[in-house]
Amino acid sequence: MPEIRVTPLGAGQDVGRSCILVSIAGKNVMLDCGMHMGFSDDRRFPDFSYITRSGRLTDFLDCVIISHFHLDHCGALPYFSEMVGYDGPIYMTQPTQAICPILLEDYRKIAVDKKGEARFFTSQMIKDCMKKVVAVHLHQTVQVDDELEIKAYYAGHVLGAAMFQIKVGSESVVYTGDYNMTPDRHLGAAWIDKCRPNLLITESTYATTIRDSKRCRERDFLKKVHETVERGGKVLIPVFALGRAQELCILLETFWERVGLKAPIYFSTGLTEKANHYYKLFIPWTNQKIRKTFVQRNMFEFKHIKAFDRAFADSPGPMVVFATPGMLHAGQSLQIFRKWAGNEKNMVIMPGYCVQGTVGHKILSGQRKLEMEGRQVLEVKMQVEYMSFSAHADAKGIMQLVGQAEPENVLLVHGEAKKMEFLKQKIEQEFRVSCYMPANGETVTLPTSPSIPVGISLGLLKREMAQGLLPDAKKPRLLHGTLIMKDSNFRLVSSEQALKELGLAEHQLRFTCRVHLHDTRKEQETAVRVYSHLKSVLKDHCVQHLPDGSVTVESILIQAAAHSEDPGTKVLLVSWTYQDEELGSYLTSLLKKGLPQAS
Amino acid sequence: MSRYPDLCLNLKECVCQEMGTIDPSIFWALLFKGGFYGMKKREVGGKYCLSGHPTLPCNVLKFKSTTIMLDCGLDMTSTLNFLPLPLVQSPRLSNLPGWSLKDGNAFLDKELKECSGHVFVDSVPEFCLPETELIDLSTVDVILISNYHCMMALPYITEHTGFTGTVYATEPSVQIGRLLMEELVNFIERVPKAQSASLWKNKDIQRLLPSPLKDAVEVSTWRRCYTMQEVNSALSKIQLVGYSQKIELFGAVQVTPLSSGYALGSSNWIIQSHYEKVSYVSGSSLLTTHPQPMDQASLKNSDVLILTGLTQIPTANPDGMVGEFCSNLALTVRNGGNVLVPCYPSGVIYDLLECLYQYIDSAGLSSIPFYFISPVANSSLEFSQIFAEWLCHNKQTKVYLPEPPFPHAELIQTNKLKHYPSIHGDFSNDFRQPCVVFTGHPSLRFGDVVHFMELWGKSSLNTVIFTEPDFSYLEALAPYQPLAMKCIYCPIDTRLNFIQVSKLLKEVQPLHVVCPEQYTQPPPAQSHRMDLMIDCQPPAMSYRRAEVLALPFKRRYEKIEIMPELADSLVPMEIKPGVSLATVSAVLHTKDNKHILQPPPRPAQPTGGKKRKRASDDIPDCKVLKPLLSGSIPVEQFVQTLEKHGFSDIKVEDTAKGHIVLLQEAETLIQIEEDSTHIICDNDELLRVRLRDLVLKFLQKF
Repeated sequence: MPEIRVTPLGAGQDVGRSCILVSIAGKNVMLDCGMHMGFSDDRRFPDFSYITRSGRLTDFLDCVIISHFHLDHCGALPYFSEMVGYDGPIYMTQPTQAICPILLEDYRKIAVDKKGEARFFTSQMIKDCMKKVVAVHLHQTVQVDDELEIKAYYAGHVLGAAMFQIKVGSESVVYTGDYNMTPDRHLGAAWIDKCRPNLLITESTYATTIRDSKRCRERDFLKKVHETVERGGKVLIPVFALGRAQELCILLETFWERVGLKAPIYFSTGLTEKANHYYKLFIPWTNQKIRKTFVQRNMFEFKHIKAFDRAFADSPGPMVVFATPGMLHAGQSLQIFRKWAGNEKNMVIMPGYCVQGTVGHKILSGQRKLEMEGRQVLEVKMQVEYMSFSAHADAKGIMQLVGQAEPENVLLVHGEAKKMEFLKQKIEQEFRVSCYMPANGETVTLPTSPSIPVGISLGLLKREMAQGLLPDAKKPRLLHGTLIMKDSNFRLVSSEQALKELGLAEHQLRFTCRVHLHDTRKEQETAVRVYSHLKSVLKDHCVQHLPDGSVTVESILIQAAAHSEDPGTKVLLVSWTYQDEELGSYLTSLLKKGLPQAS
Repeated sequence: MSRYPDLCLNLKECVCQEMGTIDPSIFWALLFKGGFYGMKKREVGGKYCLSGHPTLPCNVLKFKSTTIMLDCGLDMTSTLNFLPLPLVQSPRLSNLPGWSLKDGNAFLDKELKECSGHVFVDSVPEFCLPETELIDLSTVDVILISNYHCMMALPYITEHTGFTGTVYATEPSVQIGRLLMEELVNFIERVPKAQSASLWKNKDIQRLLPSPLKDAVEVSTWRRCYTMQEVNSALSKIQLVGYSQKIELFGAVQVTPLSSGYALGSSNWIIQSHYEKVSYVSGSSLLTTHPQPMDQASLKNSDVLILTGLTQIPTANPDGMVGEFCSNLALTVRNGGNVLVPCYPSGVIYDLLECLYQYIDSAGLSSIPFYFISPVANSSLEFSQIFAEWLCHNKQTKVYLPEPPFPHAELIQTNKLKHYPSIHGDFSNDFRQPCVVFTGHPSLRFGDVVHFMELWGKSSLNTVIFTEPDFSYLEALAPYQPLAMKCIYCPIDTRLNFIQVSKLLKEVQPLHVVCPEQYTQPPPAQSHRMDLMIDCQPPAMSYRRAEVLALPFKRRYEKIEIMPELADSLVPMEIKPGVSLATVSAVLHTKDNKHILQPPPRPAQPTGGKKRKRASDDIPDCKVLKPLLSGSIPVEQFVQTLEKHGFSDIKVEDTAKGHIVLLQEAETLIQIEEDSTHIICDNDELLRVRLRDLVLKFLQKF
């Protein structure tokens, strides 16, 4: 029995280090290759030894697909390809291909230069790894090999984020990566056609959340920023350099312009300007409005947002600073946070999800005394605000996507177990499909029953369709043919054609039955009586009386002969081939009952 | 003689054969009405005096009950018959003498003006539309666009023919196509012309006119330019597609665009079902310019390859032409003259700007201003930078840095290249001479180019350099004669030439090639150049405008899916090594052009005979076919089997062709020969059925 097997190495009942193995029709595909931000030991990368302990990964995987450039989806890629060793193709969209190496380099710098980690991947490894990348365009069908094909759909989550359909023959799996079902200020909404996959693997970050309207959230955000700045406080917004950062920049930029605020807005790290450049060059990946107006005004050229210098953190007066990374686990955002945390006039706004173990997660869960390196304790007096600007689909959005794709099964990843449980029930109730939520290392096996595509000869099909298109429920018509299987070529042809093609002669099986009939008349007259009897009974059949005295019903031949011994008996010879078996058998039994008396 | 006697069918016949759900062959109607003026030298003869425009195709393909229009090109060479539309009042043009007949009759002098021996229509310019009569265009299901030049007739088709289908095109094709249309509409609408000449179109009058007006075809169907509203409505019917995207049409046909290497987003199309493949190659290039390289591999295994849009200047080498362009430009400017480059706002201009970017410093031209004037100049330059995914590899890698893929960004930044929507406004303040001006329209009949022709035409210091190959430069210049300005003809047409075509055909090996008739013979002006035509085996089938062609292949197979439950029940037997057979009896379901075989329903249980059955219920349906039989019966084994099943008293006689097995007691006789078995018995159904089943054991069923 063919089956689809799915094993999460990461993101199974968890957020972070997304990495999901899928086996479909004998093909093995790895979906995403992320790192976990909550760990800095071995656990930060997926356990690739699960795939193979001895062999080369390249022999076990047909391809790797990266859904988008966030590190929890691509952060382990150089480690995987260069240190563990994988030389097969890695597929991602072009914006992902452009931005991913920059984030990887950034990540590497923090790990090696700041934390002094040994045995980490090098800059060269990132470059070598990226050489294995093949760019995928939206909706393009990429033929990985003769059987395996993949296709990318727009996912909206960040620039270049994509959902992927993995297809072998008539079996398919869709992996959503991270996606967003509502368009925002710079990206469009995720979309997929009714592709009816055997399995939909969806993220479930906000499995239980139904977010209030985006406009309310934005108004709230602006209000908090505005109030803080008005009272002379500083606002820290930890973000990742690409993604929400641009969204919030557009939001603040338009607000500053409208209200005429003077307080400076800064964007930390040199990456920013470069990041915005990418957005300018990848306009086709943004939303309708930006694409329409970019010639007049490129939304990613900001007037009010300036580059941040480290010295600015100590300057007096209000300011707003976007700083990386987004979960306050390292880098500039953490530095600024330490400087500003003690002042209750200041505010930190966490605009996205924070994984466990990060400073971001700690302050969001209400911790106000943080233990820093060197046993220092940092007391957090500044206001801590959480505002979900992560571009993930909420429960409603997830349900919407399931409805769009119409999968036969759903599998949840990239979420917390408890919340998944709730969503799983909801999906099973509403869509009547099975829903799975495997933990890391746990395998889900789905038996599939793919139909078998064959070529039917047009002659046979036409013969069949000529008899009417609609099958009659009461009297289903059967199509007869011969399936010729030669190598992997399957053809369904008429039996005559099959015999001819194989150079086989037809073996004719003929029956001739003697039916004794009491009739004193001459043979010729008996034949006439037989003819008129059959003619009246078999109205739908072609009954003929031939000049030589014989009677035919379709291709069945009936002859009347005298009985050698009994002149009062006539012998009817009924002769038919095996192809007319039913009719022939019917005729003999009919004739055996005798002929009606001549009137 | 053609191997396909029914090569030229009239449409009526085609349609009849189309009626069935499964049509055995594929018909192809060619709907382009000949462009006349660009190719005056073509021979005239037959009912259709002129041939279709091979680089601005508009064809219709009927394939598996789907009607697909391939491209929607607009022949603009008709505008060469009209007087230019000057942006600024031109005394010269407005004072041209009216034309009068030989006998002095001047009743046409309001409509026709004479200039240096040529006669022009003084009216709003009009375009020659694709044929709209040959086929009911409201039956077209989809339109496939191959590049932005081949969609210019779209508003005429989608807005005025009852068309209700979908148009498929790539994003760059749509965006740049929109710019081209916007520019065209703008050029024509901003110079309102009161007069719309129609008298000259009268057939009886047209006969009296001098050439080429006399020979212009179907002038009654020429139309004025569409409006922006029509453009927007037409473009709203387009669905965007990406290269290698598989698009299902009604479950019957799959179409896929492939990179064609000619322009941003330009595509060839594969139109295929599971067993037939038609490739439509239109406007392809193997040269490395800015677009993504041509995808040749996917064209392999085509039953038919339709080849259109080859280079219009097969004897010119584009590289050489670019060189000539640069040196002539430098020469003129160094001598203090101005250079005018009539061009489209997108396409080759990107390559020219890139060449100049590398050239101007070394040629000492860095102080010379370059002006690009078009209502869509800014948009065109901006759009070119955001389509990285559609560009050649070198340009793609630039965005990873991230840098704009085209160097004209730097030319603009350093103020070497300036762009303006028109000569009015800012341009008049910035205008410095000598300079280089890129502007449209290449026909020289409308757009800002008209102004520069009038302005610079009188000085021999200035040069106009023709790079676009769509219009005959001599005809384009005719209404400006006499002209002192230098004219250089450097047509840059990167589309396939005949050497590349023959290489391509060898590579992809289609079973049949179909192409416009112009490609099957050398150009009339160079009739000795046997190398300037398509050479392939079997010879290419040619078509001309308003002709219907049956494509040379028979469909033999159709895809059908066997449901897994049915597949499980099949019993394959190996007939030869590697070949297995299984007989199939199944129920056919057809929905949305998809065929599925399901297991036959289990025979209904007799309801217990409560109702008296009518006699007719018992009559078997003769349409239920029994399988065919094959094999032969080994007599000895057969007899043994009979004995095993309780028959005794068996006698076997040899005959000339086989044996006769006699069951004496049952008065039954079984004739066994190589390919037949005949059971002759009394009317004992039980016996007969037993014997039948024993015989069948030895035979294979089909």
